[in-house]
Amino acid sequence: MGAEGIGARVLRKEDRRFITGKGRYTDDMTAPGMGFAAFVRSPHAHAAIKSIDTSAAADMPGVTAVLTGDQLVGDGVGNLICGWMIHSKDGTPMKMGAWRALEAERVRHVGQAVAVVVADTAAQARDAAEAVMVDYEELPAVVDAIDAMKEGAPQLHPEAEGNLIYDWEIGDETATNEAFARAKHVTRMEIFNNRLVPNAMEPRAALAAYDEAEEHYTLWTTSQNPHVARLVLSAFYNIAPEHKLRVIAPDVGGGFGSKIYIYPEEMVCLWASKRTGRPVKWVADRTEAFLTDAHGRDHHTEAEMALDEHNKIIGLRVKTVANLGAYMSLFSSSVPTYLYATLLSGQYDIPAIHCNVKTVYTNTTPVDAYRGAGRPEATYVVERMMETAAREVGMDPAEFRRKNFIRSFPHQTPVIMCYDAGDYEASLDAAMKAADYAGFGTRKAEAAKRGKLRGIGFSSYIEACGIAPSQAVGSLGAGVGLWESAEVRVNPVGTIEVLTGSHSHGQGHETTFAQLIADRFGVPTDSVSIVHGDTDKVQFGMGTYGSRSGAVGMSAVVKALDKVEAKAKKIAAHLMEAAEGDIVIEGGELKVAGTDKSLPFFQVALAAYTAHNLPAGMEPGLKEGAFYDPTNFTFPAGTYVCEVEIDPDTGRTEIVNFVAADDFGKIINPMIVEGQVHGGLTQGIGQALLENASYDESGQLLTASYMDYCMPRADDVPSYKLTTTETLCPGNPLGMKGCGEAGAIGSPPAVINAITNAIGTNEIDMPATPEKVWRAIQAAKMPAAAE
Amino acid sequence: MATVTITVNGKKRSAAIEDRTLLVQFLRETAGLTGTHVGCDTSQCGACVVHVDGKAVKSCTMLAAQADGAQVTTIEGLAQDGALHPVQAAFREHHGLQCGFCTPGMIMAAVDMINRYPAGLDEETIRKELDGNICRCTGYHNIVKAIKAASDTMRGMAQAAE
Ligand code: FES
Ligand code: FES
Repeated sequence: MGAEGIGARVLRKEDRRFITGKGRYTDDMTAPGMGFAAFVRSPHAHAAIKSIDTSAAADMPGVTAVLTGDQLVGDGVGNLICGWMIHSKDGTPMKMGAWRALEAERVRHVGQAVAVVVADTAAQARDAAEAVMVDYEELPAVVDAIDAMKEGAPQLHPEAEGNLIYDWEIGDETATNEAFARAKHVTRMEIFNNRLVPNAMEPRAALAAYDEAEEHYTLWTTSQNPHVARLVLSAFYNIAPEHKLRVIAPDVGGGFGSKIYIYPEEMVCLWASKRTGRPVKWVADRTEAFLTDAHGRDHHTEAEMALDEHNKIIGLRVKTVANLGAYMSLFSSSVPTYLYATLLSGQYDIPAIHCNVKTVYTNTTPVDAYRGAGRPEATYVVERMMETAAREVGMDPAEFRRKNFIRSFPHQTPVIMCYDAGDYEASLDAAMKAADYAGFGTRKAEAAKRGKLRGIGFSSYIEACGIAPSQAVGSLGAGVGLWESAEVRVNPVGTIEVLTGSHSHGQGHETTFAQLIADRFGVPTDSVSIVHGDTDKVQFGMGTYGSRSGAVGMSAVVKALDKVEAKAKKIAAHLMEAAEGDIVIEGGELKVAGTDKSLPFFQVALAAYTAHNLPAGMEPGLKEGAFYDPTNFTFPAGTYVCEVEIDPDTGRTEIVNFVAADDFGKIINPMIVEGQVHGGLTQGIGQALLENASYDESGQLLTASYMDYCMPRADDVPSYKLTTTETLCPGNPLGMKGCGEAGAIGSPPAVINAITNAIGTNEIDMPATPEKVWRAIQAAKMPAAAE
Repeated sequence: MATVTITVNGKKRSAAIEDRTLLVQFLRETAGLTGTHVGCDTSQCGACVVHVDGKAVKSCTMLAAQADGAQVTTIEGLAQDGALHPVQAAFREHHGLQCGFCTPGMIMAAVDMINRYPAGLDEETIRKELDGNICRCTGYHNIVKAIKAASDTMRGMAQAAE
């Protein structure tokens, strides 16, 4: 692999600027004459807007303009859209309610923007925003998805009768019914997946500048996918044609899905910069982030698992209601469908599966993809069912999983996915060994002596990453193709720039992408720079989400490298008068195999640009591009084991050991992969024990600050034990699967299974707060007390 | 409006500012030092930690006027003569950062923490002491490792100097 090649723990190139305070985030950008935007937001969850009086605000000091939704519509700015069409089982298309960037008639969630103030300073803008008088007529609100489907519930959108967006299904219902008819045992559970707020530490921000002479916009923004942002802003919101709009996503402080989408605020800044004739900057405060960043999860599920007399799973039936909030966010429709139900087979050979998903509108913040996006919800259903079923039939949970594992590949599940490669037993064994499962009984007994309840829980997750073959997702309703692009530019002196459509917001691409070049050409990573996040520099790209930068983004780089290598070899062969097939690249040199003839890489690059002596007919230069469209999803999988101790008097759970055994396929930089897993595990543990976006009945978000929303902090989580196993993904050139979401997908059920194991009941919901755990312990004691 | 003078990273900066200007705004907007970040509005996240007269302070929770006459060190002032501070070096060495947004505050809090525990730090203490700093990316695992390693290194340096 070489010191910096594939598989090496190379320290990150990008760190130097971050540890010295020289990172450049959107809020660090300025433009001459810049003004600041502040939004006027609805205090009500559901209300008709009777009037908006901006006159007092317009007269406040420093105010340039106060703009409202009527002006926005008048200027032809389009409504926000959802880009993935889902059809109900009766064939009707999903019901997309109109969503304006500034609402003029009816607000549908607390925090929805109804006007914007642009002023000389952020404080002046904020003061003036408070002076905008909006006359609301409050309407009854609904926040819970099940309530929203009830008769007589407040209705959000005229397009969606009964608040129903779609009623979708997947799998074979008849075959599943037949499996249940002959089942020896059926396990049933009602499972909630709690609503979360992604909480990237950098709040969303935008700086929009309009150049009147060129009729050209520049937008610096916190985006995971600047090209997609430009496409949507251009094609659907009519901001400007693509060649008149440059989107730059500079250093971005975390995303986790929440920075995929195009939100009202960013497009309003663009529009306002033209309207006011000055660059407009907006930075969300944390409360705005809680109220307007797309939330995650919020599923209510009823699941049934059918077992035969040998404890083999023969059927799975799942009914899910997913809360999409007040509007359909950009990819919201795909999350509870194709990113969720297609993973319900887990790691198991289940011959019949049927899943029905209903999505509904409520007076809450829109919900979209958050780290894992649908796959954590699927894993949580499957893995809690597995644990409960094992307990009900009296089997060891590890052995019950082992008995039902898929063992031959490719494996076609009944829910679309075709798993290409894996070895689930290997990761289960690795996890059991690292967790010392055999010694658990002793540890439990020892804990009991100290008055503690000790429990252990498994989660054998699978996910689908590397989204995705364009044709396949197109046939399922996606409005875009999900390939990736790359360009490799070798400079005349042999330094290399790699332009990628992937975007790094913490993942370390500047290092790992450079490792590919080091591996291929034997040049130091210091001579490589990675260019990303600017639509003027990189031609196009689909961005970073769904753990796709490795499996898809790097595959595009590999394809471009293949072309560069082929041309470099041709030049070298010509210069050294050797056969092209005899040229090998080693240690930064092109060599003629079996001889002592060689040329340093930079000399070949220089020859390509001087063009004094190239093979006949060859174009000068050494620069190649490639588009890579994957042939399948990739399927990372693994087993997590969580061990907890619970204080029965307080209900407080402490995670005393956490083991993750993952199969990510080929790993480029283990240090970075471990970091991804640590972060994912902590978010998953946060979901399991601490985090919950909680609304009151009137639709007020009760957890809209870090005083109320419980983020995992350093003393809430343990240090982790990580191990990996490897089966290569056959679908892409490097054999990579992806690692960004695994931790968040696999950990919640492991934690909850450990808790239920400790307290001896299967009933508890996330987040398992001390109060809930204590109550569950008391409830479990009740029958015993009654005896 | 009030005129305040604050010595930032050894350089005196004077400016007439609105009374409500926060120290973090003074640093970012007046002094042009954007390494100090704002991650919340309730003094919870610690992205804004700087040192005021040698003590870690959440600069979003202090008025610039309160720092009049004070010595402030920000992340930009930590490295000396191009040499990284041991805590900065340890964060890189142990992969204690991903997106980098929490990092300036984490590092400044860690330097203060290590100074307050000259006898050294164990994992449990580090985790408790980090209560005022939130990171969404790293899961804290490598931050804890980095602080422990930096604390050990600095203790070694202090002993060698004795
Ligand atoms: S910005 Fe100061 S604590 Fe969050
Ligand atoms: S590194 Fe991203 S928040 Fe800490």
